Amino acid sequence: MFEALTDRLQGIAKRLTGQGKLTPENIRESLRDVRRALLEADVEVAVARDLVARVEARAVGDEVLRSLTPGQQVVGIVREELESLLGHAPVTLAGSPHVPTVVLLAGLQGSGKTTFAGKLARWLGGRDKRVMLASADVHRPAAIDQLARLAGMAEAGFWRAPEGAAPEAIAGGALDEARRRGFDFLVLDSAGRLQIDEPMMAELETLRRASRAHQVLLVMDGMTGQEAVRVGRAFAGRVGVDGLVLTKMDGDARGGAALSLRQATGKPILFLGVGEKLDGLEAFDAARIAGRILGMGDIVGLVEKARAAVDEQQARRLVERARKSEFTLEDFLGQLQQVRKMGPLDELMKLMPGVPRQALAGAVPDEGKLRRYEAILLSMTPRERRLPRVIDGSRRRRIAAGSGTTVTEVNRLLKDYDQARALMKQMRHGPRGLASLRGRMR
Amino acid sequence: MSLLDRFRSGLQRTRERMEQTLGAALGRRGAIDEATRAALEEALLAADAGPAAAERLMDEAERRMRADPALDLRHALERGVAQLMGATRARFTPGAERPWVALLVGVNGVGKTTLAGKLAAGFARDGRSTLLVAADTFRAAATEQLEVWASRAGVELVRARDGADPAAVVHDGLSAALARGHEVVLVDTAGRLHTKRNLMAELEKVGRVCARLVPGSPHHVLLVLDATLGQNGLQQAREFQRATPITSLAITKLDGTARGGAVLAIADQLKLPVSVVGLGEGLDDWQPFDPEAFARGLFE
Repeated sequence: MFEALTDRLQGIAKRLTGQGKLTPENIRESLRDVRRALLEADVEVAVARDLVARVEARAVGDEVLRSLTPGQQVVGIVREELESLLGHAPVTLAGSPHVPTVVLLAGLQGSGKTTFAGKLARWLGGRDKRVMLASADVHRPAAIDQLARLAGMAEAGFWRAPEGAAPEAIAGGALDEARRRGFDFLVLDSAGRLQIDEPMMAELETLRRASRAHQVLLVMDGMTGQEAVRVGRAFAGRVGVDGLVLTKMDGDARGGAALSLRQATGKPILFLGVGEKLDGLEAFDAARIAGRILGMGDIVGLVEKARAAVDEQQARRLVERARKSEFTLEDFLGQLQQVRKMGPLDELMKLMPGVPRQALAGAVPDEGKLRRYEAILLSMTPRERRLPRVIDGSRRRRIAAGSGTTVTEVNRLLKDYDQARALMKQMRHGPRGLASLRGRMR
Repeated sequence: MSLLDRFRSGLQRTRERMEQTLGAALGRRGAIDEATRAALEEALLAADAGPAAAERLMDEAERRMRADPALDLRHALERGVAQLMGATRARFTPGAERPWVALLVGVNGVGKTTLAGKLAAGFARDGRSTLLVAADTFRAAATEQLEVWASRAGVELVRARDGADPAAVVHDGLSAALARGHEVVLVDTAGRLHTKRNLMAELEKVGRVCARLVPGSPHHVLLVLDATLGQNGLQQAREFQRATPITSLAITKLDGTARGGAVLAIADQLKLPVSVVGLGEGLDDWQPFDPEAFARGLFE
């Protein structure tokens, strides 16, 4: 998006003036693309309009119009405005001087509050905090059981109110219990509710009071559409919201709701929920989300995925072996398995900046081929993997039969391996290569 | 409450905003001026229709108004939406197959389990012997949640321990249905983000198991979408469609706040029909979808 926008702005400037300068008119026209990108990312209409208006006001200034690279300048302004809306400074969950710090979770049905409660317990536990979970969700069947189960997995404390207790009593009881047992944090889950459901909003207010919550976190589905602004405003206005959490951000939603919510509440986004496992919690990063909203990929997400999958030591060993040109089929297999561990390749490509979605079709090595390669490599003996030159015609036939592939495919793999090895040799002589690639990944 | 009234109350907020933004322009006839078009675009976008479907609906309304000078903007829009949503139709009703097998699929938190409970209650009330299968073995306590719904609906439930292979639970469920002669089997699957390749493969496997035990099944695959969902709905529908052929869509939580416009984008791009709408948390809070009532609910 940014690249396309830069090109477009530069192109217009060149064509129209022959001098590489922009006019207010053609800036305005290009900003329509920005608006469309924002709307497709679910940024609220009014928020998108204001943002574009602010960019336009700054972009038609003399400084930009006189600049020799007006395209880049305008794009820079879009980025800045987006990031400043999202909040530059990273904010994290604050503990209170009074023990326990009480965190109340609120949000619509299905936004992921209960799962987030489990993740937060794990996150706080990892920071040596003692956490107790409790649920005031007496509405959804088995919601309390779900939280109890998650507390067990997160190795956090859990308190179950007596059967039939009202939410208010649960909140008070949980606070007493957390105090008595000396927990650092009490995370109180609540039932999902609609912001227009008056009795339920009143209940939430009661919960806040009875639990003496220090922080109310509004948990919102990252795929939410235009309604995000109203939800944010209603919860903030009625109950008070201290921080925001966006969930299900491991999908391909562009996350425009982040922008809408920030605008509506003025509160910081503390966490992003990614994945269903308890460790799927990430700190919010404005630059990443800004890029994602404008469809320019999420390079940090990609690197994190790679880091999670790549064993640091193994990577170092590989570099060492490559340097000595000892790259064998064993290493080839190791590499292949690491790539596969990072997830489907086309998903990874979506995280790459500057790769248009349309270009992905067909460009990605297909998953099936990798799987077959893995099967072929696993059908070799360790000796064959260490000394590939011993693989003769008869061995090729055995390997093909063993892996359910054909000799042609075995041949193709061996050819690919040869090429990879040749590449490794080149790297040995140049300063760039795996080592510098890994440097960039940090 | 009549069907139309239900849609009217479900879409109340969206309609009010539409009126707020467009005001008197809704009664306009003839050519649409630039200002009206801008306001209309804003109103449609605010309903989550998305830029592409919004443009399509505006062009369609303009075309109708040019062809019929007596037609006002409100009715031109209404007819456009009714046509778009009614282009393909589907009902979530058991056919003659025994058992009739339906899968409920969708991303996390859209209300699959709640809807499965409600649909089962509806079928049971119609006197069909219905079996619920709890194939969400991943989310903690998902089975317990469905258990409560099954007892509310008065239907039987087949379950497995947490973490079991969902395909195995489906296998057990269908075997039980065949043995006990159930008419309807509703399979509640785990929520899965459409971008998770392994989970989508798991869904494919569930489909294969169904087909093996009951040839021709699943007879209906219902993709459940949350009405507060934005433009990602399109992506969801597209990816689920790849893993298992979607028969129709269900829209849940269409209860006064949601915009519901994302289905316009899906109908526009993917031609998938909506069959069911969920309107609240009560056992009877669901309705068969009706394109005309939906369109009138949006604009009248």
